[in-house]
Amino acid sequence: MTESTYRIQGATGEWEVVIGLEVHAQVTSEAKLFSGAATAFGAEPNTQVSLIDAAMPGMLPVPNGECIRQAVRTGLAIDAQINKWSRFDRKNYFYADLPQGYQISQLYHPLVGEGALDISLDEKNPDAQVKRIGIERIHVEQDAGKLMHDQHPTRSYVDLNRSGVALMEIVSKPDMRSPAEAGAYLSKLRTILRYVGSCDGNMDQGSMRADVNVSVRRPGEEFGTRTETKNVNSVRFVMAVVEHEASRQVDVLEAGGKILQETRLYDPDRNETRSMRSKEDAHDYRYFPDPDLLPLELEDAFIEECRQSLPELPDAKRRRYQEDLGLSAYNAATLTADADTARWFEVLLAEGAKAQKKNESEVAKASANWLLSELYGALNRLGKSLDESPVGPADGAELLALVADGTISGTIAKQVFEIMLETGGKPGAIVEEKGLKQTSDTGAIEAAVAKILADNGDKVAQYKAGKEALFGFFVGQTMKAMQGKANPQIVNELVRKALS
Amino acid sequence: MTDLTDLTVAEIRDGFRAGDFSAREVASAFNANVAAASALNAFIVETPEKALEAADAADAARTSGDLKPLSGVPIGMKDLFCTQGVQTTAASHMLEGFTPTYESTVSAKLWDAGAGMLGKLNLDQFAMGSSNETSFFGNVVSPWRRNDGGNAPLAPGGSSGGSSAAIAARLCPAATGTDTGGSIRQPAAFTGISGIKPTYGRCSRWGVVAFASSLDQAGPMARTVRDNAILLEAMAGFDPKDATSLDLPVPTWEAGLSSDLKGKKVGIPKEYRPDGLDAEIAAMWDRGIAWLRDAGAQIVDVSLPHTKYALPTYYIIAPAEASSNLARYDGVRYGQRELPEGAGLQDMYAATRAAGFGGEVKRRIMIGTYVLSAGFYDAYYTQAQKVRALIARDFEQAFAQCDLLLTPTAPSAAFALGEEQDDPLAMYLNDVFTVPASLAGLPAMSVPGGLDAQGLPLGLQIIGKPLDEQSVLNAGLAIEERAGFVARPGKWW
Amino acid sequence: MLAALPMSIDLQTVKKIASLSRISMSEAEAEAMVPELNNILGWVDQLGEVDVTGVEPMTAVIPNHLRLRDDVVTDGNVRDKVLANAPQPEHGFFTVPKVIE
Repeated sequence: MTESTYRIQGATGEWEVVIGLEVHAQVTSEAKLFSGAATAFGAEPNTQVSLIDAAMPGMLPVPNGECIRQAVRTGLAIDAQINKWSRFDRKNYFYADLPQGYQISQLYHPLVGEGALDISLDEKNPDAQVKRIGIERIHVEQDAGKLMHDQHPTRSYVDLNRSGVALMEIVSKPDMRSPAEAGAYLSKLRTILRYVGSCDGNMDQGSMRADVNVSVRRPGEEFGTRTETKNVNSVRFVMAVVEHEASRQVDVLEAGGKILQETRLYDPDRNETRSMRSKEDAHDYRYFPDPDLLPLELEDAFIEECRQSLPELPDAKRRRYQEDLGLSAYNAATLTADADTARWFEVLLAEGAKAQKKNESEVAKASANWLLSELYGALNRLGKSLDESPVGPADGAELLALVADGTISGTIAKQVFEIMLETGGKPGAIVEEKGLKQTSDTGAIEAAVAKILADNGDKVAQYKAGKEALFGFFVGQTMKAMQGKANPQIVNELVRKALS
Repeated sequence: MTDLTDLTVAEIRDGFRAGDFSAREVASAFNANVAAASALNAFIVETPEKALEAADAADAARTSGDLKPLSGVPIGMKDLFCTQGVQTTAASHMLEGFTPTYESTVSAKLWDAGAGMLGKLNLDQFAMGSSNETSFFGNVVSPWRRNDGGNAPLAPGGSSGGSSAAIAARLCPAATGTDTGGSIRQPAAFTGISGIKPTYGRCSRWGVVAFASSLDQAGPMARTVRDNAILLEAMAGFDPKDATSLDLPVPTWEAGLSSDLKGKKVGIPKEYRPDGLDAEIAAMWDRGIAWLRDAGAQIVDVSLPHTKYALPTYYIIAPAEASSNLARYDGVRYGQRELPEGAGLQDMYAATRAAGFGGEVKRRIMIGTYVLSAGFYDAYYTQAQKVRALIARDFEQAFAQCDLLLTPTAPSAAFALGEEQDDPLAMYLNDVFTVPASLAGLPAMSVPGGLDAQGLPLGLQIIGKPLDEQSVLNAGLAIEERAGFVARPGKWW
Repeated sequence: MLAALPMSIDLQTVKKIASLSRISMSEAEAEAMVPELNNILGWVDQLGEVDVTGVEPMTAVIPNHLRLRDDVVTDGNVRDKVLANAPQPEHGFFTVPKVIE
């Protein structure tokens, strides 16, 4: 495991940064945690609100089994302890986005206990610097509604659509020591959630947000006082918050001041954190068990079913890609960083293995390379995402098969790919149509080689005198004369033979 | 010609079915009594047209042959149950004008069973009180008066004071109540009627304005045990919208009524007879014991050692839950809103709640907030929940030796309105006998046991094992048959 | 052993509780609450006498299992009902005095 070396240089010496993240992730479900209203994003205000969500007199909560299931699956995906007995508590405070005047959460006995996830700190070399970040707990709770302040000069508007949507609160241990680690943790967590399917990880839509806890200390000393910066909604911002807040704290401490334990907000426009107007009593939430709900008890069979339902998770998949498919650590990491990418790649592999009648491990490297350079290159150019790709994995596999069996050269394949992107046509058909099959006709190639050598006698002499680099020239000219359709391997052999 | 308003629910139901009178005649008779009884202030809202509507439907059903269990029976509805399209206030200024767009499960079941609504009955504000003196809409005056000729207005008990007064005064044959610490049983005892709080979870709490979630239970109030059985059958049942609702079939309590208690053991808990227990109440209790013995029961002495801690336990848990349940009354989405000049959101909350809540409600919210606050949670709330567990265990252990318990319902007869205003604590002590069964979630009923020397009713309480409402009703019936309680308040209103 | 409880609460505490409860109170009202609350709290303090060694706090009044419901949309789309009793609804929203965050 890696020890972090990130330090902030203060006037009087070095400072270490200690970071913990509390991530609120909206659970993927049809209906809300305690009411049957819908959870879909973007509906007309207050249309996805039941009388329960509006906290009308006499309303009562009934929990949604799917939300519990998703939280358990998430817990299993981070190797966490699943608590068969857990309880809902009320967190009491007054705000206009909190209709009940309390949030139903889980303080004393959360659904999921301690777990962990591994982060890679070297992108190029993902196995080189791995650090394990501990997770304290996961619990389920209600999301709040939305307040809008710019619709009216003297009033704020309240939309309760989001009120009552299920959230998983995932609390890390204070194991992170640098902005990079915080960023890597959040990315990895997001990847896992998307793999599990329990949250779409869409930070700009607000389905995943982070509260960033930062403190600083002299290396080796006790933890310092921490501040909490709430509702940060991108990985980039989280890293910026860590950097900015840690620097701010160092400045305060170096100047002889004290850090106030307080809640702050991040302003991305100014790249700074600001203290929220905190009321002293804002922190007395008077948690107590919700008397409208009984304790939550899970059966072993239920937990086992959750476990069985998990897909192959990112770390396991990356290892398999490296060990079984022979991919480089970097490529494996890149392909598995996102569930959708991995899925796309695996279809490409399966189709490729089928088309070439080989094992997946035999076609893996070429498939990975093609996806990561050719396809990604084209998608970047076109400004499209993978799921918007004009070329699907089956067609990509077909193209790769044509190269593998020698029907076309790699160079010609690039041409064919461009045409596929434009027209959506199939590679085999394009090759036929455009007559792009490469020739392995030795006679024709020999003739072409002979002509090139004859036309470039001076260069032949130079080559024979020792200018080895000219070999490429002869090969290139031959390929050009053959309009790229000559099998490059054979061209190489014949040129070598002719020059010897 | 019998005055239709002297009939019991059973008599109305059966007489109507037999064709002795029309439902409309019954509804009209009660509507008239209601209209003439404003001096009692039992109703916050009168709904004579709704009573007639249900009556007409019943009359039509009688002709077509699809009668429902309560066809022809008009009732009063405690104004704690949300009624669609009809103002529901919980007797608070906070909800004055609030008109629910939904119907509570329990009231819906009663309307579906064919009952009609005479009006919304007054109560202690947010069900907090034992004398119906905390209502924003004024005190309910008991129809009973002491026989000393002083005409001092008396308390009907609380919080279901409107319900108890209305039944005793024949404004309705029956009514719904709710019982959190005794709010059905104690007013029933004060007004010489019967009322039962079922096992916690028997009746749905959906649509009932919440006071203390782990204690609140809806229940019937009426003049006879049979009537209570009839109504409870209509009110009870599993509700998937209430997570604390019991998923069990509703027993046929009326059909199962029997006053033969042979084979039953009745426990007499010694802690309910402290030194200083009112002599008349002690005497009534002894008479009750004799009646049950006469009905075939074996009497045993039992002990419920933690009894004296029940009230303080209750007055920690109930306010704590209430302080949280009443947080939603903030002027944002419904109810009153106070918006002082230049007030921000939090100021609006504070002003709205100060103006909307009555004194007792504020007191209990403050206590509840305090006992849950940081530093005191373990000392108060956790401690209280542990003592509550001990109280429940006391009952469990007692029920190993008996099937039922018999106690007085209240430590005194009805007191005069205003008599116990100065000291909230004195008011709380009224619940001393009823609170323990609430904490343990047990079914408990009050039936009239007799009159005191001043001519005021006294009640006997029967407590049963969880889910054994039948035995409780049966013991109640055995007492009813022997007590011969026919007293009724003389009409002065 | 029970945590040591304060002998009584003072005016300052009453004001703090009133603030936590969001109930505004005049000085006189708060002062009047001091003896009232102390009276009640002094009385409930007797619970400290009870030996609760080994006793778990009550979690369910009557033994029952928490039922989980199916993940189906069965509710919502009732904006009119939801706003029917609102003091100041506007364009489908509840409104409150402007909050500055």
